[in-house]
Amino acid sequence: MLTGDKQKFYGLLFGIAFSTLLITQQLTIFVNLIERGASGVYNVPTADVWVMDEVSRTTDVNFPMPATALDKVRGVAGVEWAVPHLRANASVRTQEGDLEGVGIVGVDDATLIGLPKNMIEGDINVLAQPDSVIIDDVGVTNLFENGQSPIGERLELNDQRAVIRGIGDSIPSFTSQVVLYTKYSQALRYVPGTRNRMTFVLVGASDGVSPDELTKRISEQTGLRARTRDEFAQDGVDFIIENTGIPVNFGITVVLGFIVGVAIVGLTFSLFIRDNIKQFGALKAIGVTNRKIAGMVAVQAGMVGMIGYGLGVLGTVGFISAFSGVPQFKGFYIPWQVPLVSFAAMVLIIALTGWVALRGVMKTEPAAVFR
Amino acid sequence: MSGGEIKTAISTRGVTRDFQAGQETIRVLHGIDLDVRAGELTYLVGESGSGKTTMISIMCGILWPTDGDVEVFGTDIYALSDNELVNFRLQNIGFIFQQYNLIPSIDAASNAAVPLIAQGMDRLEARKRAVAMLEKLNIADQADKLPNQLSGGQQQRVAIARALVHEPRLVVCDEPTAALDAKSGRRVMDLLREVGVAEDRSVIIVTHDNRIFDLADRILVLEDGRITHDGTDMPDDH
Repeated sequence: MLTGDKQKFYGLLFGIAFSTLLITQQLTIFVNLIERGASGVYNVPTADVWVMDEVSRTTDVNFPMPATALDKVRGVAGVEWAVPHLRANASVRTQEGDLEGVGIVGVDDATLIGLPKNMIEGDINVLAQPDSVIIDDVGVTNLFENGQSPIGERLELNDQRAVIRGIGDSIPSFTSQVVLYTKYSQALRYVPGTRNRMTFVLVGASDGVSPDELTKRISEQTGLRARTRDEFAQDGVDFIIENTGIPVNFGITVVLGFIVGVAIVGLTFSLFIRDNIKQFGALKAIGVTNRKIAGMVAVQAGMVGMIGYGLGVLGTVGFISAFSGVPQFKGFYIPWQVPLVSFAAMVLIIALTGWVALRGVMKTEPAAVFR
Repeated sequence: MSGGEIKTAISTRGVTRDFQAGQETIRVLHGIDLDVRAGELTYLVGESGSGKTTMISIMCGILWPTDGDVEVFGTDIYALSDNELVNFRLQNIGFIFQQYNLIPSIDAASNAAVPLIAQGMDRLEARKRAVAMLEKLNIADQADKLPNQLSGGQQQRVAIARALVHEPRLVVCDEPTAALDAKSGRRVMDLLREVGVAEDRSVIIVTHDNRIFDLADRILVLEDGRITHDGTDMPDDH
């Protein structure tokens, strides 16, 4: 019955698909966006433990430590290696003469630990050359227009010269800020001088020592804050959730998606029932039970729901694929929990609106068919 | 009709029905006593508002009387539970509605098979029997078409097939010829007599189509909720 009425069939399909698309797409963007709060951690996959001043909260919200902290950490049993890591902000003058805020990441001079795992262009060893920096791909888009190659370009960084000699393949930060990677010693020149400038110590655990155990040891023996990689990544995510309006804004959009779904599907369902009330009455008069009618409608609604849901999820996949080339959307993926949430929302929409619409059928007297 | 004992298809005793219109209670049927015989084509005739729709709804078990008893082939149908009554209708009564009320999204054969499927018969077997019934009604070649691909007359034949496919003992028709020309209307009535009327079966028709009055075995006239005429012909003043 439902599938035979093309207008209402497509109406229901649109309602479900649109609602699923809105819920899935918005939740996907939300999850990916807040995960960007952990991008600084994900970009350094080799570090098992991050050590910092006890007031530091994330890779971007940090407080520098004295250089002696590095030796303290190295003295803790179970530390395989420990290297200094600097993260700070600076201003760069662009080719057009504008100022752009950039993140400076200073990585260990000897081991280069702290760089992104992969390079898009160039080699990590370019940092051995004087004034070298590696720019991330967001920086290429933001600072260089029309596909111009940044390699060899000079930047003025807090009155210091910087030459771009490579492009790093990194996960963009939450604010998609341009990030320049350089050696720790070089980074100290770019960051305006304060007595303490080392923001983190990156640590590798010895074989047989778990990161959890190591963080406890480091905290106890140095008085510094030590977090495992996963803990510190979660700290970044939590910071965004707690300090921005993003969860509320995305939550409102998801709720709106649900309400739009209920409205469109509910209205179409009601119209379908109203238009076919004589047929339902006839079936009831013939001797088809309410349960069978409800089952019949449920099967058809379920089928429409599944098709609409599939289209909505496909739409989200299409959206993510279409924007995968844009640096701000780089690495976006659909977590498996998101389609499950939108599936539950779709089932709820169908069940809620179907139940309301079917109440009319249940209450219909079969005698109405003769009137 | 056979020469044996005439069976009673429907028996009503003291059937009344009230409807509530705001604060007012309107009595539509006034204690009707009636016996509809098996093996007959019985017409229930009356003006709009005379109570014939209410009467036929009560006789076929889809509207509870306010008072009185109704027996269909010896079963006191309103003494049955809701589920038993639904099942009784499914097994014993076939319906032909004025607007046919076919399901628009399934083809003619599937529409005709609805009662058999509702009875729990295998879908393929039900469809086979439905096609056989459509063949009897000379529209087997339309079995695969959707209702909106059929003419009004063809839709009505599908509706008749649906009413008869499960071989019910009572067939109830609401204005079966209202939308048809005189010739088609008479053909439909012949068909109903041929396939619906037998020694232990009965067809009851609600109509005010005077073009087919001569085809009835019995005509009951209902006026203001009371039977005012019971005979083989229409009274002269109608």
